[in-house]
Amino acid sequence: MISLSNISRFFTMGDQEVRALNHINLDIPGGEYLSVMGPSGSGKSTLLNIIGLLDRPTSGTYLLENHNVTALSEAEQAKVRREHIGFIFQSFHLVPRLTAAENIELPLILEGVPPAERKARVATVLEETDLMDRATHRPAELSGGQRQRVAIARATILKPAVLLADEPTGNLDHKTGAEVVALLEKLHHGGTTVIVVTHDRELGNRAHRKIQMRDGEIVTDEK
Amino acid sequence: MKNKDAIFLSFHTVVSYRLRAFLILLAMALGVAAVVVLTSLGEGARRFVVNQFSSLGTNLVIVLPGRAETSGGFPGALVGETPRDLTLEDAASLATIRGVRRYAPLNVGATEISAGGRLREITLLGSTANMIAIRGMKIAQGYFAANNGPNPADIVLGAALANELFPLGNAIGQRVRLGDRRFRVTGVFAAQGESMGFNTDEIALIPVDHAQALFNTQSLFRILIEAESRSAIEPTKAAVRAALTLRHDGEEDITVITQDAILSTFDRILTALTFAVAGIAAISLAVAGILVMNVMLVAVSQRTAEIGLLKALGATGKDIKRLFLMETLWLSLAGAAAGMGIGYSGAFFLRLAYPQLPAYPPHWAGLAAIATALITGIVASLLPAIRASKLDPVLALSKK
Repeated sequence: MISLSNISRFFTMGDQEVRALNHINLDIPGGEYLSVMGPSGSGKSTLLNIIGLLDRPTSGTYLLENHNVTALSEAEQAKVRREHIGFIFQSFHLVPRLTAAENIELPLILEGVPPAERKARVATVLEETDLMDRATHRPAELSGGQRQRVAIARATILKPAVLLADEPTGNLDHKTGAEVVALLEKLHHGGTTVIVVTHDRELGNRAHRKIQMRDGEIVTDEK
Repeated sequence: MKNKDAIFLSFHTVVSYRLRAFLILLAMALGVAAVVVLTSLGEGARRFVVNQFSSLGTNLVIVLPGRAETSGGFPGALVGETPRDLTLEDAASLATIRGVRRYAPLNVGATEISAGGRLREITLLGSTANMIAIRGMKIAQGYFAANNGPNPADIVLGAALANELFPLGNAIGQRVRLGDRRFRVTGVFAAQGESMGFNTDEIALIPVDHAQALFNTQSLFRILIEAESRSAIEPTKAAVRAALTLRHDGEEDITVITQDAILSTFDRILTALTFAVAGIAAISLAVAGILVMNVMLVAVSQRTAEIGLLKALGATGKDIKRLFLMETLWLSLAGAAAGMGIGYSGAFFLRLAYPQLPAYPPHWAGLAAIATALITGIVASLLPAIRASKLDPVLALSKK
């Protein structure tokens, strides 16, 4: 489903070249539950951004469902992102002036779904994530766990094949973090490919496939 | 993203940042209001002058003694030199010229009028009955039937003058004295107010032959001619000049001017003035535009994380550009609407304060103001919108 071959991402910082990703080869079949771990600066976030088409590799080929997506234009990549990839961030990234329901509705608006259908789909997702009574609340009025659930609902409303989570529990306490993880695993059981980037050993070890990174390279890859 | 959704979403954003929206709106509104109010001032001045001229009569051709050395103006009156008199016979000869509907010889002078022990200084006109038709004057009571002469010693008094001399309102049939001559009041003008700085309510009109005798002159001050139609003005002017030149032994010592020419000159000048004032007002709109650009640039850097998020959710650069452009479009539209409200009510109060000045905004002012506001808004938001659309999503998302 996801196939990275020889992917590199170099930055120049001053006169120094930083090798965030150094000739990475990685195949992720559909429906996998994968964790990426490693120290800060090991390139795990860059890997996630490349898979999520937020960043372009310096060299290498990225096949998503057997299509070469590295060669696509900015607008085409946006469309792939919209339809195939969901993002979850450590700091949730909810739009503060929109209510929970409106935040969840955003991808549908971007996709051009008609309003009546949007309302129905948002209602379904709110139910699935147990947020019905929080629908009209703004992010400031929600707890951390609720915010991350809203973010997950938003990331999954278009039923993406791949869900990318960057430290999804990083800003949450243990209990609410566990709830969020349970929600992610529920999605994985539903057939979604889930890729989690984390520092948290406990969270990382729950994944079925664990990747360790250091200095832009994959060190270990165990199932 | 569909346009309708983009419109709604950007509106949502605009109303979420109330203070920001209010300040931009205020700047836009003041710019638009300035355009409307200032152009209505210019237009008011133009209408004032046009009204003044048309109160003098329509299709007017005026003959003055003396030669114009430069075009325009009333050279004979300024220079005061009259090489050859313009006489009553000259005037009479115009009757047969094609295109002349009617003509009126005119003498003007200052004199004293007295009646019943009251005495005052007035401007006295000497002319024929045609004068009343040509100038569009109205006689409220009585009549004035003078021709080239000889005429009875009749006098028509201005409304204010009649009131002062005969407060009881019984002016008709009374005797008044001008210098050493006595006149019988046969009419009173309807109150007309001021026209070209000349208060028709305080004048008196007597037959032209009596005026010439009173002022002891053979020459006329003017001959007023009404052409048959607007298109007949120019041929009539040429024919009158030719006929009078012939009568004056082939010397062109008269000046023939048309009110139309003077009027259109004034009209052009004042229209240009209105445009110039509108241009000055548009500068304030440009200032508003720079403010909009500033505020939108700040908005882009404030909402960097949000822009990154939208990109992660699959918004294209175009979508983001559209959202920011529509935000300013909303603000400009609302500002233009508010500005129109302020501008038109400003013009209304201007008309209340100065009733003589018809300060109506010209029909193009509203359109021009709205178009300028919209264009200013769009141009000013172009740079911020493009900057937003080009943000690197990875960097944008990492910004808190």
